Amino acid sequence: MSLAEAARRPLAADRRQVFDWITERGVYVGLAVLLIFNLAFTPRFGELDNIRLQFVQVVPVAIIALGMALVIGTRGIDLSVGSVMAISSALLANYLGYGPVVAILVGLLGGAIVGIVNGVFIAYVGIQPIVATLALLVGGRGLALVIAQGRLTEVFDPTLRILGSDRIYGVPIVVLVALAVAVIVAVAVARTTFGRYVVAIGGNPEASVVAGVPVRRTLLVVYVLCAVLAALAGIIQTARLSASDPSFVGNLIELSAITAVVVGGTPLAGGRVRILGTLAGAMLMQLIGATLISHNLPDSATRMVTALIILGAVFIQRQRGGP
Amino acid sequence: MTSASGQPTAVHSGVDAQLLEVERAASRRERLAGTIQRGGALVVLVIVVLLASIIFGARFASVDNLLNILEASSFLGLVAVGMTFVIVGGGIDLSVGSLLALSAVLTAFGSQYGPVVAIVLPIAVCGFIGLANGVLIAHARMAPFIVTLATLLFARGFAFAVSNEGNTIYHVEAGNAVIALGQGSVGPFRVPILIAAAGFALAWLLLTRSRYGAAVTAIGGSEDAARLMGLPVARLKTVMYASSGLLAGLAGLLVAARSSSGQSTIGVGLELQAIAAVVIGGTLLTGGSGSVIGTLAGVLLLNVINNVINQVGTLSSYFQQVVSGVFLIVVVLIQRYLAREQRL
Repeated sequence: MSLAEAARRPLAADRRQVFDWITERGVYVGLAVLLIFNLAFTPRFGELDNIRLQFVQVVPVAIIALGMALVIGTRGIDLSVGSVMAISSALLANYLGYGPVVAILVGLLGGAIVGIVNGVFIAYVGIQPIVATLALLVGGRGLALVIAQGRLTEVFDPTLRILGSDRIYGVPIVVLVALAVAVIVAVAVARTTFGRYVVAIGGNPEASVVAGVPVRRTLLVVYVLCAVLAALAGIIQTARLSASDPSFVGNLIELSAITAVVVGGTPLAGGRVRILGTLAGAMLMQLIGATLISHNLPDSATRMVTALIILGAVFIQRQRGGP
Repeated sequence: MTSASGQPTAVHSGVDAQLLEVERAASRRERLAGTIQRGGALVVLVIVVLLASIIFGARFASVDNLLNILEASSFLGLVAVGMTFVIVGGGIDLSVGSLLALSAVLTAFGSQYGPVVAIVLPIAVCGFIGLANGVLIAHARMAPFIVTLATLLFARGFAFAVSNEGNTIYHVEAGNAVIALGQGSVGPFRVPILIAAAGFALAWLLLTRSRYGAAVTAIGGSEDAARLMGLPVARLKTVMYASSGLLAGLAGLLVAARSSSGQSTIGVGLELQAIAAVVIGGTLLTGGSGSVIGTLAGVLLLNVINNVINQVGTLSSYFQQVVSGVFLIVVVLIQRYLAREQRL
């Protein structure tokens, strides 16, 4: 190493720190900027109804992104979440005759089965996550349509309506559900052996095997969790809309969820899971959409701006590498 | 991850001849496995076509229906050719479905200004977006998955923007020369079939007989090793993604010419079909090896299945997706099994 290079090293370290700081906190800065902008320029943004609406709308993506964060933490990916939403939604509508509790459980069970299939293929057979979950993305949506016979079913059920649209102390129940999920996942990641296993596998799969981490079992659990959370999101969405439409529910949500996770600072290369960042990432994407729409930007512009924001966020993150 | 357990730890044999015999058997098996992996899709295709011909008779095995299958395959085929190179090179391109839609819209939009604009505009724009993919992935070292995911969004937004949020559907006037690209035919073959055939032939030559193909394969095998060998990795990867964008653009142009219109909502999920076709064709998603013939077989297989389910059979069309998904996983499982054989 030359002297000049050595002299430059501290500077490089400084820059590294700046990058790290942006990666760590960038999503919060972005969220804050967006909030200030909206409070200043968007009429009626600060009203309680609007704030409530934003929170309610972000719930499905947020719940799925939490599961996705775990999956990405293990250096994996789950493309099947949208189809799992469709399956659970279709099952819910089909089994509503047995009462809402049974129907919800069947919906969640459907998700768990997809998760087990994903997990077995990935952890025990050794298929790449992107291929295994791609197969279930394609096949799962078809299965949902078969279950629902391709029809939109209207869902009238008092319990589901309460779940979908009631509030407790002004906070919508669906938001409370999402918060509960977030707390559980956060505790699991930060305080349990399972959480340490997840991060270890993502950090270095080979080393985790050597270190005695039960890699296969952990991966299976992670994919099952992700799928069950996706099923929960499907049930919530169905309850909110009072309808189950398997050809539309959850379309492309895997992309939104992955974006939220990555923008929130979880590297695609795995090895760490950022729960708060993921939630902030989901909210950021939700607010970007809401802001552009409330300022009368058309859907097309919203998509293009979102794309540029994703690229920007990942460009900053690229220092950390990724698959 | 999976190799830790279940591998033989040591070979307790001092007899050289015995070892040699084991090695020979292994290499025979390896060659066989390689052939099955590369030719597997082709074999399955032949079997499925034969079965469908026997079961459904002339409803399936008529010249008209087979030509329909070929035509339907030509659009996905062009996209899958580009995808084959990207995947062999160790990457992935999710933007192709949106690019196809964007290209179709731009073709129809541009056809107001004459056939030259109708051809050059979509190809140039899609080529440019593909190039941007390549630059961001190869030079800025961003993850292919995320970059092309963002361009998936961007291109679809662009297509909506051009078509007034999807409310305007531009039509290609009947007299426009572009129409010939989609609806003209040479002998019994429509032009898209011929273009796709030429694309596959060229791609096969490139992948198996050219330096470019060898270099892309090397990059997919090990990017670091390719760099150490002195290959211009970044430039090659850029070319890879740019050509994938160009081919998606070409496919969109043909779709617009075939249907005389450009709709911004087509091609959703096409990237997944293309990936599925490539994977079914025996190209490993890990990169470093692949086959254009296999991709062709994969594309035809998907379309034959669609055709059987849609036009001939009595199954509901929703089963189409289920069957495609099951097919994908079965093929990957077989590949996985063979790859394990190869390693032992």
